[in-house]
Amino acid sequence: MSRASRLPFSVPHGLTAAGSLCALILALPIAVVAGSVFVGGTGETWAHLLATVLPEFLANTGWLVLGTGLGVAAIGVSCAWLTAMTEFPGRRVFEWALVLPMAFPAYVLAYVYTDLLQFVGPVQSGLRAFFGWTRADYWFPDVRSVGGACAMFSLVLYPYVYLLARTAFLARAGSLAEAARAAGLGPWQTFRRVSLPLARPAVVAGVGLALMEALADFGTVSYFAVQTFTTGIFRAWFSLGDRLAAAQLAAALLACVALILVLEQRSRGRARHAAGPRARPGERAPLRGLRALAAWLTCLVPLTGGFLLPGALLLRMAFREGDAQFGPRYLELMRNSVVLAAVTAVCAVLLAVLLAYAARLAQSRLPRLLNRLVGLGYALPGSVIAVGVLIPVTQLDHALAAALGALTGHTPGLLLTGGISALVYAYLVRYLTVALGSVESGLARVTPSMDEAARSLGCSQGATLARVHWPLLRGSLLTAGLLVFVDVMKELPATLVMRPFNFDTLATQAYTLASDERLAEAATASLAIVAAGLLPVILLSRRISRS
Amino acid sequence: MHKTLIAALLAGASLAASAADTELNLYSARHYQTDDALYRNFEKATGIKINRIEAQEDALLERIRNEGASSPADVFITVDATRLAKADELGLFAPVKSAVLESRIPAHLRTADWFAFSTRARVIVYNKIAIQGADVQTYEQLADPKLRKQVCVRSGMHPYNLSLGAAMIAHEGEAKTEAWARGLVANFARAPKGGDTDQIKAVAAGECGVALANSYYVARMMRSTQADDRRAIEAVGVVWPNQQSWGTHINVSGGGMLKHAPHKEAAVKFLEYLASDEAQIHFADGNNEWPTVTGVKVRNPALERLGPFKADTLEIGRTSRGAAAAQRIFDRAGWR
Repeated sequence: MSRASRLPFSVPHGLTAAGSLCALILALPIAVVAGSVFVGGTGETWAHLLATVLPEFLANTGWLVLGTGLGVAAIGVSCAWLTAMTEFPGRRVFEWALVLPMAFPAYVLAYVYTDLLQFVGPVQSGLRAFFGWTRADYWFPDVRSVGGACAMFSLVLYPYVYLLARTAFLARAGSLAEAARAAGLGPWQTFRRVSLPLARPAVVAGVGLALMEALADFGTVSYFAVQTFTTGIFRAWFSLGDRLAAAQLAAALLACVALILVLEQRSRGRARHAAGPRARPGERAPLRGLRALAAWLTCLVPLTGGFLLPGALLLRMAFREGDAQFGPRYLELMRNSVVLAAVTAVCAVLLAVLLAYAARLAQSRLPRLLNRLVGLGYALPGSVIAVGVLIPVTQLDHALAAALGALTGHTPGLLLTGGISALVYAYLVRYLTVALGSVESGLARVTPSMDEAARSLGCSQGATLARVHWPLLRGSLLTAGLLVFVDVMKELPATLVMRPFNFDTLATQAYTLASDERLAEAATASLAIVAAGLLPVILLSRRISRS
Repeated sequence: MHKTLIAALLAGASLAASAADTELNLYSARHYQTDDALYRNFEKATGIKINRIEAQEDALLERIRNEGASSPADVFITVDATRLAKADELGLFAPVKSAVLESRIPAHLRTADWFAFSTRARVIVYNKIAIQGADVQTYEQLADPKLRKQVCVRSGMHPYNLSLGAAMIAHEGEAKTEAWARGLVANFARAPKGGDTDQIKAVAAGECGVALANSYYVARMMRSTQADDRRAIEAVGVVWPNQQSWGTHINVSGGGMLKHAPHKEAAVKFLEYLASDEAQIHFADGNNEWPTVTGVKVRNPALERLGPFKADTLEIGRTSRGAAAAQRIFDRAGWR
């Protein structure tokens, strides 16, 4: 009760307990995967993988992490700084448009760029025809390579860094940067010595999200035939038929990610004292001439590469060939995708609020630790999550069926896995961290002193929540929901295997065609995914441009 | 939206509660849009409604395993014999006794538990300008140093290559297969990437001289409405490999009834339907595969153009068990 004086209400043990319980439920599939390490197994698959492919996979994964990390950080930070701190022609458009690549699934970008840049694609064929070259006469970078995969991930994942870094620049670095400039520092010096260090926790958090997404990816790297750690998991599971070794590899992946998270947490923790309410952004430094042009190009390149060009290419493909099933069926696909995404987004926001408050109000560190554990799900490939979810959920399903059977006399079959509930659960395990991160950072803006002030002004607990917390949190909740919505729209592996009968989505439609090597025909469904994701992304960007 | 949700949430319940044999629950890894017509015909002919989940086969197998005795799935169909063998090994299939299936499907294309309904061949495709057809008449020749920097092939992790490896192990033994894989890797024109269609296009454009591809991709490009597809296929020669030895490797699309199938009668009906003339013609026409039932009259210009060939007649249940061994060999050989 000692903290009661610092909070508007006594520590609600119930809330903490409920939050911890939810976190435990969400961490269960992750524990199922991680628990495999203790089962043992023959070790034969491990020995084989270690002796043959694993070293190469680890090296590739290392390059992928390095390349993607540098890529998203460079694009995200530079664009965020330019749009937040400077003024140049087109800035107002870039401000929100730079988020658009988020609507693209990385695997779709991979298809599009391969089609454009491969040996038989229009660019290389055109060069050969124009110069009369043959294969041996020229060098052209291979898009289906580790470097290509880094480029694809950087282009679709930089918005995570952009969003977070921009908020940080606007919130804290703005007024300080003004002070720095008043003290005689040039713009570059201000950026390097004041803005960047202050925005670092946000940048690290954004890069962390992007890297986890890249590590969990299978679609892009398998299409590029870039062998990564995740490929190794699937090799053990599918080709070698060793489910246990696959789970153990996934557990090893989790351990690496946990390490990244600890580092991220530490870097965030040290900067916590700097967190405060949003400051009024300082005046933007106007850029002219060549500088304005450079700023304009810096923002245009990622926007073009991540959205405009692939969007145009997809449109062309869809018009030239397109999906023969395009028609009323697409309304159903879109409805299914949107229902799944919306249900998950709402659940994710509610759970994130519960978990964030539980961690804030708890006296022990346990809830905070549990929240970090839940966050690990983001780095697990969708198929691995699916298995991790299927094992406990089907057990529960069997118990449920038996109980209902005893009660009513006839067995209802599998209720959870037969509907969308198990699938939504899988999404939550995978994506909750995205919502949680957003809600937690929003909640960090509500300092204990604000609670005290509200209380001393005579506000009740409810009134404090409604008049202090809600206005400050509202935006973060919206961001959280939108991020999860867009992610679920794009999700493929868990959707494929966990959906109910006759329940196709835009992503599964694109997959069906792409796995039959009908990429041009898959363009229609891919475009529809992007289109359906655009609305929330535009909402998101409108929100940031107003912030 | 509200109603949809409730319907979706209760989907499991309503499916299981409905009277047996007016419905059939299908878990399928076939990914061909043309199959829709096939399923509609079955529904029309029998009045049995087909409910489908299409997904990647290994993940579906996990789902079936976990669902256990309450699994709603009646039939599992896929496009790769090694996965059918895996399902069999896991004890997921129930034996099917059907005079129709036994009389129509040749003995080497079925087991007690599962049946092949269509076949596809792993063929060699070569660039007619860069390569002499005589140099690429067998799978073994692809490992000949003569073809250095000429060979394109998709990932060694892909089931289509693994089943070829498994067949080769069955015919030639592991040592020879490994030597072959090493020779093949030494001949790569580029690191394995893309799908079979990509390999064919790369051969046509001269990025590589020769490639392995599944027959239905070749046939599909022959029938394509896109001019550049047809131009590409005109630039390549297609070889039936190993006509003088064990025959061209074939993989199958097939399926079986699951042990805990709630609609067993419908499941057998469906499997028998897949062996009917109508369905067999559909496989040939819709997806350019060969029917497994002999004597079915096929009208497909691309398949006719490809002509008859000697296919590997090794018992499909036997070849399909070597996939894991093939993967280990490919890994050691560096076929990524």
